[in-house]
Amino acid sequence: MLSKSQARAFFLGGTLVTFLIFIGLTIYSFMPRNDQTNYGKITKEVVRGKEIWEQNNCMGCHSIMGEGGYYAPELTKVLERRGEGYVKAVLMSPVPWNPKGRKMVAYKMSEADANAMVAYFEWIGKIDLNGFDRIVSPLAKDEE
Amino acid sequence: MKFKSQKVAYWFFALCMLLFSLQIIYGFIMGFDRIGLQGLHEIIPFNTARAVHTNLLVVWLLTGFMGAAYYIIPEEAQRELISVKWAYVQLISLAVVGVVAIVGFHFNHWEGRKFLEIPRELDYLVVINVLLFLGIILGTLFKGKRQTTTALILTMGLLFAALLYIPGMIWFDSQVMDSFFRWWVVHLWVEGVWELIMGGILSFLLIKLTGVDREVIEKWLYVIVGLTFLSGVLGTGHHYYYIGVNKIWLVVGGIFSALEPLAFLAMALFAVNMYRKGEKSHPNKIALFWTIGSAIVSFVGAGLLGFAHTLPQTNLYTHGTLVTAMHAHYAFWGAYAMIVLAIISYALPNLTGRKRYESSQGMAAFWLSNIGILGMTVAFGVAGVAQVYMERKMKMDFMDVQNEISIHFVVLLICATMFTIGIGLFIYDFVKYGLPTDEALLAENDSND
Repeated sequence: MLSKSQARAFFLGGTLVTFLIFIGLTIYSFMPRNDQTNYGKITKEVVRGKEIWEQNNCMGCHSIMGEGGYYAPELTKVLERRGEGYVKAVLMSPVPWNPKGRKMVAYKMSEADANAMVAYFEWIGKIDLNGFDRIVSPLAKDEE
Repeated sequence: MKFKSQKVAYWFFALCMLLFSLQIIYGFIMGFDRIGLQGLHEIIPFNTARAVHTNLLVVWLLTGFMGAAYYIIPEEAQRELISVKWAYVQLISLAVVGVVAIVGFHFNHWEGRKFLEIPRELDYLVVINVLLFLGIILGTLFKGKRQTTTALILTMGLLFAALLYIPGMIWFDSQVMDSFFRWWVVHLWVEGVWELIMGGILSFLLIKLTGVDREVIEKWLYVIVGLTFLSGVLGTGHHYYYIGVNKIWLVVGGIFSALEPLAFLAMALFAVNMYRKGEKSHPNKIALFWTIGSAIVSFVGAGLLGFAHTLPQTNLYTHGTLVTAMHAHYAFWGAYAMIVLAIISYALPNLTGRKRYESSQGMAAFWLSNIGILGMTVAFGVAGVAQVYMERKMKMDFMDVQNEISIHFVVLLICATMFTIGIGLFIYDFVKYGLPTDEALLAENDSND
C-alpha cells in the first residue's frame, strides 16, 4: 500500500520532471529555426499596432489566433476577407460601426494608427498557425 | 473558531460576496448584449463588461482563497496569525486596487490581454499586496506548533500563484510570445497551482467534516496534486496548438491534456470515498454539500467538458468559439467558486457562533445555483456547437451565425436568473449570520484534531 512519503515523492518528483520538460519545450519552441511567425519582420508599425490592440482591449470582443471575447469576428485573416480599405474605414469611423445589429465602439483612429493596425493584421495573417488559419477564414479555406 | 485572529477571514468572505454580486451583474450586461439589447453600450461596451466580469471572477476567488488561508492556517499551525493589523491592511489595499482597476476599465485604462487586463502600475501594487499576504501566512505557518501537509499544500499553491503572476507582466513585441507566456499565468493558475489551493481547502474540510484520519486524507492529497501537475503542466500545450508555435505542442498538449481529467476524477473519488468512510455525522450538512459538490462538479466541468474539446483534431474547430465559454463556466464554478462557498459555509457558524445551517435557505441556494449554472452551461454548449458547425463547416458569416444562435442566450439568461436567485439566497444567509464574535471561541466543538 502506498505510504505518505511515497505519495509525497510522487508529487515532488512528477512536478519537477514535467516542469523541466516544459521549460525545455519552451526553449525549443522559440529557437530561431523553429520560428513560424516571421519574427524578423516585426516592424515598429507592427509593434505600434499591437500597442493599439491592447490599449483598446480589442480582444475583449474580437479574437486573434482564436483567442478573445467571441463576441465580434475573428481577425486573424481579416485583410484577406475584407481588404485594407474596409478595415481602415471601420477603425476611423466617427460613429459606432453597427454590422447586422451588433455595435462596435467608435475608435475614430487617425490614419497613422489605422495603418499600424493594418500592419499588425498583415503580420498576424502570415503566421503559420498549424492549419487553424484555413479554418477561421472561409477565403483561405477556399484557396486549399 | 479556535483563534481570535481567524475573524479576519470573515471580512475577506464579505468582500467575496460583494465582488461575486458585481460579477453576476456584468454577466447579465453581456448576456443582454448578445441578444441585441445594447442599451448600456455607450457607457459599458461589451469589452468593458467582459473585462470586469472575468477580472472580478479572478479577484473574488483569490479573495476567497486568502480568506480560506486566514481561517485555515491558524488552526493548522495552532497559533494566532502573526499580525491581524497587517491582514486588515492587506484586505483594504486589495479592495482599493480592485475598485481602482474596475473603475479604470470603464475609462479604457487596461492592458487588453484576456484575463490579465489589470494595468501595469496596478500589477505592482498587486505584487506588494500578495507579498504582504504571503508574509503573514508563511510567518504564521513557520512560527506555528506544527506544519501540516494540508497547510503546506495550501501555502505552496498561494506562493506559486504569486510567482506565476510575473511572466504575465513581461512585454513582448510578438503577439505569439505574448499569448504563449500569458498562458503561463492563466493556465498554470487554473489548471495547476489553484488546484493545490483547492486541494488544500478540500483536505481541511474533509478532515473537519468526515472525521477520517488526517494521515489518510493527506496521503491522497499528495497523489491528487501529483496527478494535477503531472498532467497539467505539459497540458498547457493545448493552448499552443494554433497560436503560431511548433507542432510538437499538438502531440505533447494532446497527450497530457487528455490526462488532465484523471486528476479531477481522483479528486471526486477521493472526496466521495472519504465521505463514505467517515464515521462522523457533522451537523453542517450545507458545508458538506458544497464540499462534495465541488469535487464532483469540477470533474464534470473541468475534467469531462475540458476533455470534450482538448484533442487537437477537435480543438482545430472549437478553438475560439463559445464551446470554450461552456467549459470555462462549469469548470470555474465547480473547481473554485464552489470550494470557496464550501469554506464560507463551514467557517460562518464557527466565526459567528450561529448555527443557521439548519435553515432551508442554504439548501435552496445550493440547488438553485447548481441547476442554474448547469442550464447556462448547456445553453453555451448548444450555442457553441451550432456556431462551430455553421461558421467553421458551412462557412457562414460570423454575424449571421451570431444572430442564428442568439435564442440560446435567451435560455442562458433564464438559467442565469435561477442561478442569481440561488446566489442571492446564499448572500442573504451570509448577512443573517451576522458579524463574527469572540463568544464563538467558546462555541467551537467540531475539532477533529
